Amino acid sequence: MSGIRDQFIGRRAAMEARHGALLAGRSEGRVMTLALIGGALAVYVGGLVALDISPLRIWHGLGQLGGIVLLMFPPTSGGHFLLYLGALGQTLSIALLGTLLAAILALPFGFLAARNVMANRLLHLLTRRGLDTVRSIDTLIWALIWIDVVGLGPFAGLLALASSDFGALAKLTSEAVETADRRPIEGVLASGGGRLLAIRFGIVPQILPVYASQLLYFFESNTRSATIIGIVGAGGIGLHLYEQIRVLEWGQASFLILMVLVTVAAIDAVSQRLRAAIMGRPR
Amino acid sequence: MRALAVPPERQIAPLLDAYRRTLAERRRTTALFGALLLVAIGLSWVGAEVRPDVFWQKLGNFSSYFGRLTQLDTGARVWTDPVYWFWGLRRWSLQLLQTVLIAYVATTTGAVLGLVGGILASRNLTRSGPLRFFVRRVLEFNRTVPDIVFALLFVYAGFGLGPLPGVLAITLHTSGALGKLFAEVIENIESKPVEGVGATGGTWFAQIRFGVLPQVVSNLASYTLLRFEVNVRGAAVIGIVGAGGIGQELIVAIRNFYYSDVSAILLMLIVCVMLIDAGSEWLRHRLLALDGRR
Repeated sequence: MSGIRDQFIGRRAAMEARHGALLAGRSEGRVMTLALIGGALAVYVGGLVALDISPLRIWHGLGQLGGIVLLMFPPTSGGHFLLYLGALGQTLSIALLGTLLAAILALPFGFLAARNVMANRLLHLLTRRGLDTVRSIDTLIWALIWIDVVGLGPFAGLLALASSDFGALAKLTSEAVETADRRPIEGVLASGGGRLLAIRFGIVPQILPVYASQLLYFFESNTRSATIIGIVGAGGIGLHLYEQIRVLEWGQASFLILMVLVTVAAIDAVSQRLRAAIMGRPR
Repeated sequence: MRALAVPPERQIAPLLDAYRRTLAERRRTTALFGALLLVAIGLSWVGAEVRPDVFWQKLGNFSSYFGRLTQLDTGARVWTDPVYWFWGLRRWSLQLLQTVLIAYVATTTGAVLGLVGGILASRNLTRSGPLRFFVRRVLEFNRTVPDIVFALLFVYAGFGLGPLPGVLAITLHTSGALGKLFAEVIENIESKPVEGVGATGGTWFAQIRFGVLPQVVSNLASYTLLRFEVNVRGAAVIGIVGAGGIGQELIVAIRNFYYSDVSAILLMLIVCVMLIDAGSEWLRHRLLALDGRR
């Protein structure tokens, strides 16, 4: 042990001469990293100043928030339990139908946006960009737009969920199609099948389980989204939550939040089971 | 060509039988699932008040809506007079900048909280079972409640209008979402470097700093960048409940039917989101390349 130590100490001058920058921690990568972290911190502090965020304001707000959290207990339905339960059902309905509608619409567009199916480069690119545009508009904004079209209510919410999911699902589908194994497709083509048959028997069986499990993920996430679109008037339990918060009925607000949490947890559990069943099923 | 050797009937029969039974069973399961799905759809159809007739009737509205979006109040098409179309460019740019800043500050703070939470929630770094359980539940709560609900609560309970409640809401949600991911990354690390640092007498912090962080930092950064993309979209809509950013301007324009403003703001928002997505994708690829070189 001490042999190595002595050796090192003995050669220290030579080592420092050769690797001085490394030993002093001044390698180029390190300088870059430090500069990056410094820049990020500067933007952060600048952001805090620009957004007018100060510890004092946070402290004041937290004080008031603490009082209100106390007012949230006990959570109470205020005699509207059935009404809230119905709204929760509506939320789930919106999530389910929105996901399915998006799924039906996304499948063909996913194929259009896949490079190995769509030979036409321009059409492929246009589809991709179009889907990106649809995807970058938030569900809530879609809800506002659809409310203008079909009026207030859950139907607008359903269409909003379907719109924003459509872009994301189609993109995922196109990626699944692009990474699909070529061999089954070539097999179908080699045995005399046409392009359509190659898609049906070469690609679809490969992406279907992936697609189904993605759909379940989207259903979970849509359950969450469907609870908030009510804030802009597109149906579901969000409307009641918004109302109760606005009239400062904290007990009922916390009751509604609890209902949402329980539902989301339940849906997650069910969908996890289903996903395991789908992925595990021998094909 | 040689003829295929066909085994005798009595050998084939049980095989065929087994095949048919397996197939029938699978079909039954599929049919059962299909039936359940149909029932669910039927119930939802009523629950969500689906009215296809209204949809077809109003579909014209949708296309004409896009027509109106591209029309100035002078009646001309928007692209004939871009200066008039983007009359609020300065104001909207500032609000867009505020939106991005909200997302940035919230993502950074949320990532730091998420790292602390992730370390406390991971089995290999935190010995205390009750502490782990508690931290996990807190993270779960933070990510299950949507950021806009937090924003709503904060606006009405204590913080008032402005970007502060928005930042806090997104921070909280981000800490939950990232904390879970971070915990998963941390639980999958190699334990040898950590033990090595511990064996040479390193403290708990030294173990984290030199044993854990070097293994996970590129992964954490990549998740954080992804979350930043999500948060920019989130920050763009929390303005709807009054929590800062461009959402406020957008909802005012939509509610008051200022169609050309809506399209101008949406266009700026889409371009901004796409630019940020592209930038973050580029950064993530750089990070992965860095990881591969090591």
